[in-house]
Amino acid sequence: MAQVELTQHLPTLFPRLAGGPLQVEAATLAELVVALDGIAPGVAFYICDERGRLRRHVNIFVDGELLVDRQHLRDRLEPSTRVFIAQALSGG
Amino acid sequence: MHGTLYIGTRKGTFIVDRGRDGYRLRLAGHAGTSVNYVARDPHTGHLWAALGFGHWGAKLSRSEDGGETWADASQIKYPADARYLAPPDPSPEDDPAAPSRFSLRPATLLKLWVIGFGPGGRIYVGTIPGGLFVSEDGGESFELNRPLWDHESRGGDLSGVLRTEEIGDRKTHWFGTPASEGGEFAPGIHSIDVDSEGRLRVAISTAGVLESHDGGKTWEGCNRGMTNDYLPDPNAEWGHDAHFIQSCPAHPEHVWQQNHCGVFYSADGCATWTKVSAPEKGVHFGFPIAADDRDGRTAWVVPAVSDQQRMAVGGGLFVGRTDDGGQSWRQLRKGLPQESAYDVVYRHALSAQEDRVAFGSTTGNLFVSEDRGETFVAVANYLPPIYSVRFG
Repeated sequence: MAQVELTQHLPTLFPRLAGGPLQVEAATLAELVVALDGIAPGVAFYICDERGRLRRHVNIFVDGELLVDRQHLRDRLEPSTRVFIAQALSGG
Repeated sequence: MHGTLYIGTRKGTFIVDRGRDGYRLRLAGHAGTSVNYVARDPHTGHLWAALGFGHWGAKLSRSEDGGETWADASQIKYPADARYLAPPDPSPEDDPAAPSRFSLRPATLLKLWVIGFGPGGRIYVGTIPGGLFVSEDGGESFELNRPLWDHESRGGDLSGVLRTEEIGDRKTHWFGTPASEGGEFAPGIHSIDVDSEGRLRVAISTAGVLESHDGGKTWEGCNRGMTNDYLPDPNAEWGHDAHFIQSCPAHPEHVWQQNHCGVFYSADGCATWTKVSAPEKGVHFGFPIAADDRDGRTAWVVPAVSDQQRMAVGGGLFVGRTDDGGQSWRQLRKGLPQESAYDVVYRHALSAQEDRVAFGSTTGNLFVSEDRGETFVAVANYLPPIYSVRFG
């Protein structure tokens, strides 16, 4: 279980993700993305590419720290972990 | 809807209807999102849009109600064993090892660039990094066309090659384009030409034109007569930077190509090409080209100065038209701005249907003619940068 907050862009595109932090059953970030896709089918391909890698211009913060494993999203989650998924701001 | 225009822009999809009292333009969806291409499937009436989210990747969107509502369609994904050869990236470290000529890259979708429609619910999507995706079921699912992906001109079947060190002497003749959303340099399919005789053609930046006579099972390059001015061999078989190709629907052996190195015309179904640029008429460099529906010898272009100056010639916008297979060109300027105009028109942003010709520029100007380009009217002047203009 982890608590997930999302940039407002994603609930705009996927209304099922609206309504504030979500409680998601997941032991890793990869599992969390799969779980989100169960709630809002299609969202996993917005967060990751077809090889499961985090998209270059997306960031995930785990308890306030940027994730470690962009390739496989193996970062582990505890029940109390707070996860924040955001678009990476590139300036401009 | 016949005569309706579908407009893809940097900030959404627009639709223009022709009413009794003129043109009516409306924002029809994807507000704020980049729309690389939007078109109506003539076989089903569905609208298809190729979206490019800056952060969230490339997505296909479909409307079954004429643009009132849109939803994500079945998404295009490269299979796990799809790989391609690319110029090696400079090593991020001081690596004393000799650099390899190519590196092996896993394919992921970098851009949805163009959508084509065939009979029987067939839908084609051209992408960067150079994959043609085909749906045989009206867009419910898409599959990578393997014979083209594995074509010998780009190194053959690499599905069993797992590491750059295993490339051996394989090499690719497909170069790239920086046109993907993230700017990655990789080949891209921007033209899909399905003719009435069952031939399927694609044009690739930067490789050239390939054709299939058997529905995509086998492909052959058709670049004979093409010339370039940026490779050591100006007559090389591969490496041509087609900007757009289109055949005449009524006479598909007539095929037009706006290329980085001029305008080319084929009267024998791409078997041979002839350069028909007319620099003295300003017709040479540009991105779009539109073939006439009925007359294979007629085509329209919207030229720019050159590859170094991608802007209207002399600060005045004109459309070039030939009616004789490129032997002569006329500049059509009536109704178009002739002072302080520096518009450039992208490859998908010029379209012709019967006597109508329409085009839009990256400056947000949209012009339509109903007399084959003799006179234009401005339908809009303040649109976002226009990426595609298609009649439906």
